[in-house]
Amino acid sequence: MHYFEDITVGEPAEIGTHTFTEDEMIRFAEKYDRQDYHLDPEAAKTGPFGGLIASGWYTGAVFQGFFARHLLKIADDLRRAGRPVARLGPSPGFTDLKWPRPVFAGDTVSFRTTVEKKRPLATRPGWGAVHFHNEGFNQKGELVYAFHGVTFIERRPA
Amino acid sequence: MEQRIYFDDLPAGETVRFPASYPVSAEEIVEFASAYDPQPMHLSEEAGKASILGGLAASGWHACAMAMRLMSDGYIDRAVAMGSPGLDELKWLKPVRPGDTLYMERTCLEARLLRSKPGVGVCKFRWVVYNQADEPVVDMVGAQMFFTREQAQAGERA
Repeated sequence: MHYFEDITVGEPAEIGTHTFTEDEMIRFAEKYDRQDYHLDPEAAKTGPFGGLIASGWYTGAVFQGFFARHLLKIADDLRRAGRPVARLGPSPGFTDLKWPRPVFAGDTVSFRTTVEKKRPLATRPGWGAVHFHNEGFNQKGELVYAFHGVTFIERRPA
Repeated sequence: MEQRIYFDDLPAGETVRFPASYPVSAEEIVEFASAYDPQPMHLSEEAGKASILGGLAASGWHACAMAMRLMSDGYIDRAVAMGSPGLDELKWLKPVRPGDTLYMERTCLEARLLRSKPGVGVCKFRWVVYNQADEPVVDMVGAQMFFTREQAQAGERA
């Protein structure tokens, strides 16, 4: 990753597009979210959503796959250019996570991330907190997923 | 048939610790991370040791998925549920390690009927995931929607 100082606030990055298949949605649900409308296409037809929908945590996992690869690619590009790579710290958590609409089998979701603010960490010298606003839109342009995440990123050595 | 859980069964102020547990394996940590969060500290013990986490640790999103499975086994699979609009907040408090066993405790902070959807209630829950040492590892607050007993049974008769 870029050093904390080199991170630009306010520029959205398109990080990936994924078409959700019934098979993968069911595979995830079998392990982690065994509600009928995530697991059983027949039962889902008469359920509250009228069809099989992805577990919200599956949508979250797919987003994180793109987000992690986005950060890893930035690091790779820096390394190739012979520039130093800032370390990533842990994330303390997130706020305001929304699943405003279901993701149905066959939906194509495009994900993007925007740095919304950053601040140096008083409690951890050498590190800053970077706040990301993350979103996913389906093929009709409707918001299906959003949250505000935070990641600790190393500051440029003095 | 198992006892179903309706909105009526989820009173504000109640705290429940579920008997369900989730054993965490190194294989599953690496498998989840390879697909959905391929950052080095989630992929090998060595890379974990070199990171701020000090050893192999599950992706925070894997911890969320395991928390969902604890909800699934704890109550959601038996509930007449209608999904979740989202979470207000989630904190990753401690790394989840290979060999950990996770448990869940749920507190109902607020329960109210929706004016916009008759026969449906929304509960605001705080869910805390603990490891075998009784240390909290994930702490989250969010909402889930449920049919009332009356609405669900009217639907079954129809």
